[in-house]
This record gives sequence, structure tokens and C-alpha cells, in this order.
Amino acid sequence: MAEPIESDQQEEIRDEPGRHIGQPFRRVDGRAKVFADDLHFPRLCHLKLVRSTVPHAKIEKIDFSAATEVPGYLGSLTGRQMPKPFGILPVSQDEHALCIDKVRYVGDPVAAVAATSEEAAYAAALLVDVEYQPLDTIDSVDTALDEERDRIHDYGDGANVHKRVSMRFGDVETGYAEADLVLEDTFFYEGNTHLAMEQHATVAVAEDEDRVTVFSSTQTPHYVHRALAKVLELPPSRIRVIACSNGGGFGGKSDIFNHEIVAAKMALELGRPVRITLNREEIFYCHRGRHPTLMHLRTGLKKDGSMTAQHLRTALDGGAYGSYGVASTYYTGALQTVTYDLPRYRFDGVRCFTNKPPCGPKRGHGTPQPRFAFEVHLDKAAQQLGLDPADLRLRNLAEPGSVTSNWLQLGTVGLRRCIEAVVAGSGWRERFGKLPHGRGLGLACGSYLCGAGLPIYWNHMPQSGVQLKLDRSGGVAVFCGEAEIGQGSDSVLAAVVAEVLGIELADIRLCVADTDLTPVDLGSYSSRVTLMVGHAAHQAAERARMLIAKAVARRLDVPLERLVFAERRVFDAADPEQGLSFEDAVTLAEAKWGTLGTTGSYTPPRAPGKYRGAGVGPSPTYSYSAAVIEVEVDPETGLYRPVHVWIAHDIGRSINPVLVLGQVEGSIYMGLGEAMMEEQAFRSLPRHLSSALVHKTPSLLEYKSPTFHDMPPVTSYLIEDPDPLGPFGAKEVGQGPLLPIPPALANAVHDAVGVRIDQVPIHPHMILKALDEKGRGRQARYGPAAFPEIDFGETLIVPTPAEGGDGRALDDPEKRKAHDMVGETGTMSSRDEALKAKDRALTTK
Amino acid sequence: MLRLPPFDFHTPGSLAEVLEIVAGEGPETRVVAGGTDLWPNMKRRHQRAERVVSLMAIPELAGIHAHNGELALGSTTTLEDTVRTRVVAERFPALARAVASISSPPLRNMGTIGGNICVDTRCTYYNQTEEWRRSIDYCMKEKGTICWVAPSSPRCWAHTASDSAPVLCALGARVEMKSKQGERIIPLTDFYRDDGIEYLDKAANEVVTRILIPDESDSTHCRSSFWKLRRRGSIDFAVLSVAAAVWTDDGDRVTDARIYLGAVGSRPLPVTGLAECLEGKVLDEETVSEAAALARKTATPMDNTDFQAQWRGVMAARYTEAALGEIAGLEPRALPPPHLL
Amino acid sequence: MPEQTTTLELRINGERRVVAFPTHHTLLEVLREECGLTGTKHGCELGECGTCAVLVDGRPVLSCLALAAEMAGREIQTVEGLQEGNRLHPLQQTFADLNAAQCGYCTPGVLMTAKGLLADNPRPSSEEIREALSGTLCRCTGYHKIIQAVEGAAALSAGEDWTPAEEVLHGTRLPERGSE
Repeated sequence: MAEPIESDQQEEIRDEPGRHIGQPFRRVDGRAKVFADDLHFPRLCHLKLVRSTVPHAKIEKIDFSAATEVPGYLGSLTGRQMPKPFGILPVSQDEHALCIDKVRYVGDPVAAVAATSEEAAYAAALLVDVEYQPLDTIDSVDTALDEERDRIHDYGDGANVHKRVSMRFGDVETGYAEADLVLEDTFFYEGNTHLAMEQHATVAVAEDEDRVTVFSSTQTPHYVHRALAKVLELPPSRIRVIACSNGGGFGGKSDIFNHEIVAAKMALELGRPVRITLNREEIFYCHRGRHPTLMHLRTGLKKDGSMTAQHLRTALDGGAYGSYGVASTYYTGALQTVTYDLPRYRFDGVRCFTNKPPCGPKRGHGTPQPRFAFEVHLDKAAQQLGLDPADLRLRNLAEPGSVTSNWLQLGTVGLRRCIEAVVAGSGWRERFGKLPHGRGLGLACGSYLCGAGLPIYWNHMPQSGVQLKLDRSGGVAVFCGEAEIGQGSDSVLAAVVAEVLGIELADIRLCVADTDLTPVDLGSYSSRVTLMVGHAAHQAAERARMLIAKAVARRLDVPLERLVFAERRVFDAADPEQGLSFEDAVTLAEAKWGTLGTTGSYTPPRAPGKYRGAGVGPSPTYSYSAAVIEVEVDPETGLYRPVHVWIAHDIGRSINPVLVLGQVEGSIYMGLGEAMMEEQAFRSLPRHLSSALVHKTPSLLEYKSPTFHDMPPVTSYLIEDPDPLGPFGAKEVGQGPLLPIPPALANAVHDAVGVRIDQVPIHPHMILKALDEKGRGRQARYGPAAFPEIDFGETLIVPTPAEGGDGRALDDPEKRKAHDMVGETGTMSSRDEALKAKDRALTTK
Repeated sequence: MLRLPPFDFHTPGSLAEVLEIVAGEGPETRVVAGGTDLWPNMKRRHQRAERVVSLMAIPELAGIHAHNGELALGSTTTLEDTVRTRVVAERFPALARAVASISSPPLRNMGTIGGNICVDTRCTYYNQTEEWRRSIDYCMKEKGTICWVAPSSPRCWAHTASDSAPVLCALGARVEMKSKQGERIIPLTDFYRDDGIEYLDKAANEVVTRILIPDESDSTHCRSSFWKLRRRGSIDFAVLSVAAAVWTDDGDRVTDARIYLGAVGSRPLPVTGLAECLEGKVLDEETVSEAAALARKTATPMDNTDFQAQWRGVMAARYTEAALGEIAGLEPRALPPPHLL
Repeated sequence: MPEQTTTLELRINGERRVVAFPTHHTLLEVLREECGLTGTKHGCELGECGTCAVLVDGRPVLSCLALAAEMAGREIQTVEGLQEGNRLHPLQQTFADLNAAQCGYCTPGVLMTAKGLLADNPRPSSEEIREALSGTLCRCTGYHKIIQAVEGAAALSAGEDWTPAEEVLHGTRLPERGSE
């Protein structure tokens, strides 16, 4: 955009349309993408993992003798050759590249074979004979809580409990006492998986005895890099990780996977390139998807609909490993407070280990489950209070810029405009509660992070870095560690740089997601890329602009602040004829400064919460969404069909609206899939015959992802209200719009036929059953009966801002020994404190 | 990627050559016509073959012809060509609807009508990879000894998965098979056995060559309908289908009626007592409900596919009402699936 | 038993080439591995997702379920042959304009299926497009942009001007607050 220079580093919100920012443009990575499985190298060989066929057992023996007879067999690996554990979170280093002593779910990788062809590797893998000594199968939260059963891991919070969390913000009991209505509900959200169309693939190329390059379909090349260094026991400088284009991610490629490490190890062992491409069934074993979550909500409301207190309890079935699970557990509680004003709030959560593929982050990470519960709960509250559900929500809106009861700092809050848009667009006022039997409207809202406030492992470095290289060609090379997963992050990066420098997207050459060549960006997760990479790119570009401007100002004898960068020129705002081409301007600058390069980086602002667990939830700002779904329900069969979706999303400012709409519509799609049909469900065989616990539907045919025919028409409204904390005012869009979809569907079903379905996915038999119950005069509901008695551990008591708190917990033992906070995600109070604590720890050792 | 195991492949240009190859061969030789069922099953290693013979290079096996009071569907006619053949759409609309609902459009360009009537029975304990089936110690349909759907059952409960079969049964179609020994034409209803494993009355040396539909079943003589239940609007197999054919006299009184249910048994299940129930009556709300109750009794849905089994039983009644209701011109009561919209 | 191999002249994107491959290999494997045409992707190899669709004699088929050995004399078209010289095909243009390809992984199969549709039915309705493409799963887009892009390509191919609707690029204009 044509904007005179003012000063270095100064970033201000610019509302007027830019040359790129705010305009629909073609994505920069659209042509001829190369995915990891497309790569080929001379002497490429193929890897296959041997996976456990039992859910929980000690490994007695692994016999490769038959496998070695397969023509083309090259070599094998077992866990003993990679003894170092790894895990995405520093607190859950509980995985091994290949299982060493025991297996923990059907699909757990236990050995690996390499061969000259994939067919030979597969044939050999089938011949690897593994003997097991069975252990108890833990198939649910209930069995995980049982102290008597074999433990899946020897760490955690007792029995097969991985993590217990309990925290209280404000005096919840007083809140209930002040309420006119105290509502209690139990909800269940089934697990589901990302199901990216690209099957995970990795190619490892050994370049020396201690040097390897790993190409992988990963959203987080930096974290893969760290884990490889740890498990391969090599200096990170000997390992290069390149994230190829991801054929979809959705959180499913944001963990570190066994096959990535084993491929690298095998390449180093064999001294030749190794490829592994998982088959579809194996993707269901990698998983790291939505945690099946049982929830209980107790909320106090006044007659006018204002909320006085809420107590949320969650129980997560985490699967066999930690993964992001500690963060997931906190996330089921953290964002309840950012949409509506909740003056007092209590959260208890527990995550259990079970003998299933590990759960982790999927689009919305830990928040779609409680959001579903909350928004259906509010619909019931509105009904009981005789209020319109839209009004109830408008009555409770969170205050922009406020600090929530659990100490989250909010930015702009566009939720009012979101609700108003979908209410008007759907004809809510005229139609809600008034449609014929079998037709209904449901409303729900949601909110999501624009990047997690803290990195996954403790460090003092920026979370995102960008480098620019400019030279006399007039082209600008942009280096950044971000990983394109289809969401359009490459395009955002290019657009920000092009906008600031007044050049075209075609003038930019991107080099991304290469740990050797690009500065670290933490990866494509937590909806962080547009905001964090955008800021870092903006800073790098502003610095380049300043270098060029200084050279040009001198040549043209024009004051620095009058120079404008636009249309591939640098010119005088007062006399646009006076100027240089961008190419000539860069040439001048190169002559003046020498070789040109700039950097930019971004670190999120400090969060006000300083209690244990305060690390999960903070974000520079939050996006907001509201949706209305219209549904047609057949009361004779329980079959239903969403007829239309209206959605409004508070984007702050669109960098590229056509990319934003893509994320909005894709989120609706995925939300509907979860609400209607998708389940990562398991079969326990009859116990007296077998202890098998297997994935019920590990295929694209039987795991139901909606087809072209199942997607209803959509009306999308983008609420543009720039947030000063986002680059050019932008907020996230990749995950937030999913959140209102499942509850809006459940609420619409209620409006249509008068029954509550308190769980997703909503299967037609549930509606029919609830209608039958209703017909018998019983509760017109289908859902979990009760929330079990669970010990959540000692409750952390944190006074709220309204109570005059300081963001710290009362009697928090952790407060006295701050060094315990170092390294545990979600436990860092502040950078400064942790830094000091670390220094203390070093000096007292 | 999942790949096929090695096998010898033959694509003879004449039926005689095919019959020669399959003569005297055991189950290690398989005939393929399209491969949309056999190849996935072989990739998952629950069907196997040392030798596969394709029928697709034999010109006379493809095409649809009317003669001698019958419509003859050549077994290698693709599903898409079957749907696009005007005579099928006009005279046998329920068949056209059923075939048009099979899986997805690109698959219908590959799959054949002969392949579809022979499609293997399905079960979520069976249609899984070798490794998955190892983890349950297999099932009696392949390598194992137990039916995990009904562990105390002596039989396999895999369900029929063909969409064309229930319609063709309802229309009274016959199937022509050839072998080196000669030719055999039997009613399609006899072609299917009530067993998840031995589900076809077809010897390894026999090749399905044609499907014959009698003119008495065409739209000038009878009214037919096909309703299919599946989760999604495309790709999925039926978890229940209802194929109905009704013959009436001048007074709209039923002279004959047949309903076959797909996917709720190991073969297309005839709704027993239907003709007796409806004969001489006019199709109205009441008679349709009576027929639906019979369908409910006939269906044996098991927990071996998508959706809750008990609900699929309920749906057998609802979709029978819907199919007969459509034939009778009654107001539709069930929410129609996408393929009818 | 020695593995049976086949040597065939394949016609791919108008070019003839002699290819030798194990007889049990599918067209998908032969395209990607023997011919180096990795534009054709795969998501399940079981005919359940449509990702691997290519055109054979103008019709979309699933290359994961077609034996290359049965491709003698047939015209195979893959996404590599879609461009006209170095110019994007109308389908590629409209997909790019509407962000109808996000991660791009299902896109080659969608493009080829759409090409097959347009050859058969140059001006399909949105319902016809939906049905023709319904064998492909896409996890990114929610499908609408794909349908709109195919409509746009049909218009462009017919020599008409095509400008995407305002709401397709910017979202629907906000309703008047008056109706609140």
C-alpha cells in the first residue's frame, strides 16, 4: 500500500485496502506441489514398520529370520538400537522410535525392515515374528482409573492417569448462591481423527556417516529436528529436516512420528536413501486426534441470563502415549472464559492412558469438546429462562481488552457482530422456534487462539523468524521455517513482504521449512502462523524498506518520511514522478550498505496469568465465530440433514479473503463431519475369547468423512475489525470456525424435534431413541448418564482480577520453587521468572 | 501404498480361452471383470489368487440386448454403461437407480454388472488388512474359526453388498453361467446362498456371462422401486436396501409383489409372506404398513457394518414403506437419501 | 514362481512409451514409479477416496484399481497433461482463483474427473458437478469452491467471460443491522 515511511519497527493498523493485503489473490504455492512420497533418489530403498497386533503386552522375542530370506531384504531395526525416549512435550518423553520392552496399542511400531522395494519390505515385515506376554487391556477411562490393572506407563498421576488438573478462579459457590438457575449437564464428545488425504511420508537421505537429511510431511519441522537429534544421538547441526508440502495436516502432522525417526536411522545404517509412506490404516494408528471427552457442566445464571459461575469437569481418553495430552487437558478448560463473561470459574480435568492410538491436537485442540458442551448447555439455559438463545449470548459477551477470570488477556472481541450477522442472515428472529415440526435452527459461538502464547519447550528465543535477502535483481528471497499445510501460510508470508516493499508476489522467492536454511519458526499449529510469521515478516520487510529508503532518500534528496514503496517503485509522495524502480532502489542500497539482508522475529506478549497451568490458553488475541445451522429432521427415522449453515468469523483483517473463506468453509466441513459421522472408535472383542482392542474403521470407506453430497450450502460473513495485535490487524481463521458447528447442529436438532442429543456424533438412532423417550413421557434426551467420581488432585486456588488477584495462585507450592516450572509446558509463569529460576538452579547445583 | 500380491494375469480375447483356463482349476484361479471388489480384497490379503483371468477383453460379453422376451445384460457391461443404456432407465428404473447408486462415479466406470452380482459379502471384521485381522486372530470367513459378529454362531454373518442383486431378484432375473461343461441358467434368487462364506451357487470353473430380466418385470407390466440406506451420499456400500416390484390388475389391486432386502443378511432376503399379504389389495397407508412389518421381521441386521444394527432393522420397515409408498404414489414419509434427491 | 512381467506400449497424455512392469502392478504404481508421473496421488489404494483418478479413454477411473496390463491401446490422461503448453487449463485457472485447491493433494484427481465431466457435459449444473465429483474426498475445502471453480471453467471453456461472484471471493455482504 502506498504509505510513507515513518519510522523503523513502527507497525500500525492500516484500514485502507492494500495492493495485496485484503485482496483475493492466487496462492503462491499452487503449481506442481511436491509431496514427500513424490521424491525419488538414486538407490532409494523402502522401509516398513512392524506394528503390534496386541493392545498391551511385554515383548518376549523378535525373530527376523524368515524376513531376512525375502529377496531384496536389506536390514532391520529394533527399539534397542534407539533407546532414547522422545515426545513432543518435555513432560511426556514417553515414546520410543520402536517399542523396547512393551507395546501399548494395536499398531504400536515394534520393529522395522528395509528392502529394495516397498513390496519386499511389506513381505518381510509380515514375516517378522514377535512373541508377546499379554498385559491387562485398558480400554476406557473407567478401566484406566482402576488401581488394580497393569499400568501402561510408569509415570503419571497414579493408576493409568496421565494428568490430573484442578483449578478454581473465584468463589464458585457464592456464584451458585447468587444464581436464579443452576443448570447441570453431562456431555460426551467422541474421538475423531484428522484424516488428511496425504498419507504421512518420510524420505531420509544419509549424506555422511553422521549426517542425514529428512524430508517429511510434517507441520512442525523444528520439533522433528529436535527429536531426531535426541534419539539419533547426533548434534542437531548434522540433521536437516525439510517439511515438504503437506497434503493436509489439521494437527495430524504436528507431532513427531516413529517412522520419521526410524527412516533417518535406517538411512544412516544402510548409507542409502530410505522412504516410508504409511498406508491409510497406519495413519489411524499415528492419530494424535481429538480426545474422546466426557464432560460435566454446572453453571449458575441469573434471570436475565447473566452467568454467575461455572464448574467444568472433563475426562479425556488419551490413548497410549502422552503426545500433546497435558496441553490438551488444560485446553479442555482454558478457553471457556473467552467468549462470555464468566466471573467465577472452576475447572477439573483428567487425562487417562488407554491401549489405543494416542490422542493429541486436532483443529481446535481440546476446545471443541467443552465448546460443544457449553453451547448446548447455554441453549438449555435460554430455554429454561425463557430467553432467546441469541440474546442470552449477547447478554454475556466478554469485554474487549479485558482479563478473564482465569487470567487470559483478550484483544478485540468481534463476537457481537458475528452473532448479529448470523441472526440477521438466517432470519433467526422470525424463524427460531417457529418452524414446522422437523425443521429447526440452532445457534452457537466459539473462539480460538491466534497462536499459543508459549512455545512447547521452554526457551527465550523468538517463536518465529524471517530472513530476507535482496539484491540487484530486484527479487526478494524470503526465508522462514514455517510449513505450508494447505492453509496458505506461504501466501501470507509472501503477501506481507510484498505489501511492505511495494512489489509483486512474483518478485518474491520463498524458501521455507528447511532447518538448515531457514530461521526457526515453531510450525503450523495453534493457528499461530498468520500472526507470528506475519509479524516477523513484517519486521524483516520494514527493516529492508528502511535500508532501501535511506539510500533512495539521499539520492533523490527527499526526506525519508516522504518516500513511498508501491507499484515496484520507490518514490516521493509529494511528487510521484520523482522516484526509482524497486530494482534500481535495491541496487542503490546494495551499493550503500553492501550485501543486503534483514531479519524479523516475533515473540508474543507476556500473559498476565502466573499460576501453574497458566501457560495453556494465553494468546496474543482471540478470533471469534458464530454460526446458525438449519436442519431437517425426519421424526420417523431419526435421519437428518443440515440444510444451510450461516457463519460469521471475526478475522480481524483478511490478509487474503479467498484464503480466509477456504478455512471457514473447510472448518464447517470438518465440524459437520465430527458432529454427524466421524468417529475414531474401537472394538473390544468378547473378553472370554480375546483381549483384542482394535480400531473399528481404519479406512476411508468406513471412517465416514462427508462427501460432496453431504455438505450443505454455506453463507459466510467475514467480520473485519483490525486487531492492533495482529499483523495488519489479522487474526486466525484455521480452527475457530469449526467450534460453533457441532453445538449449533445439536441445538438445531432440538429446535426441529424437541429432543436433546448431548453427544456427538449425532447418529439417527439417538434421535429416534430420544423421541421414543419423549413419547413415553421421559426425558427427551440422548447422552451420557452421569460423570464418574474422579479424584482431580489438589485444587489450585487463583483469585480473579475482580477479586484483586495478581495472577498467582494462593499457597501455590510452585510459587516458592519457580525452577520446577522450567521445562513443563503450561507451567511457566513468565519469561523473566523462569530465566531467574534457571540461573538460580545453575548456581545452586 | 497397499499393493497387490504377485499373480499371473490373463486377458484372453475369447470366452472359450477363459473357460479353458478355469476348467479344473481350484480357488487359486479367479475371474475378474472390473476388479473394484477383487483388487481391494487381494490388497488386504483376504482374497487370494495365483492366477487371475480378466473377462474385459472379450467383446461379446459386454453390451445390453433385448431378445426373446428378455433383456440380456452382458456381464462385463460397466455399471456406468448400464445406467446410460436407455432401455434400462426406461424399462427398469429401479435397476437404473440401484446401479447409479453403487459406490462413486469413477468406480462405476470400472465395475461391471456381472461383477456386482458376484460381489463378495462384507463385514467389518473381514474387510480389513492382514495385520488388522491378525490382531483379532482372523475370522471364519478367512483363516479363522470364529464369527466375531456372533461368536456362538456356527455360521458366518457377512452381509450381501450388491445393490443390483436385490432389484434383479425382485424383477425375477436369471443368471447365465458357462463352463467348459456347458451352460447353466438359474433364477438369481437361487444364485445366492444364506451363508457369508459360500454365498454364491457358482463353481470355480463357471463364468457369469449374462443376466436376463424378463419383460414381465418391465415398467409396462410392473412398478418397481429401490431405496438404499447409507451414511453418505456417495462411496458407501448400502447398510440396508429395499428393492420392491409390484404387479397390479386394472383395479390397482396387487396381483404379485416382491421385496428383497439388501445388506441385512448374507443374501438378498425375500420378505416372506409379502405376496400373500398384499394380494388382491390396493396399496395404501395400511397395506404398506403391513408389508413394512413383514420386512422388519425378515431383516437380520448385525453389528458388522455402519450404523446401529437395531436401528437398521427399524429402517427396514421405514424404507419398505418408502419404497412401496413411492410405487403407490403415497406422500413420502422418510427423508429420502441423497441419491433420490 | 517367477514374477510375471508385462511390456506394453502405453499412451499417456498423447505420448507413447514402452513400459515394462510387474504384471500385478496397478496403473497408479506404473504411472508414479515406472513413468515418474507423480502428479497422480493416492489416498487409500482401495477405491475409497478418488484421489488417484485419471482419465482412460476420456472417462475417470481409479488408477489404484486398474491394472496397467489392461491399458493396451487406451488413451490415458493424467494431470501432467492438463496444461496446454505452459498455459494453465481453464480448470487450473479457476481452481487457482477460488482457492479450490488448498493442500492440493486431492486436486489432481478432482481436476481429471472434472475434465472428464466437461468433455461429456460442457455446461453441467452444480448438481451434475457434485455428482460427478462425488467419488473424491477433500478434507480441506468443504467442496463448494471446487464446484464453483468447475462452473467457472465450463464458462471459460465456452469462451465466456467469467468473474467470480463478490461473495465467493470476499464472503457474503453483512446483512443490514435493521433486521436485528
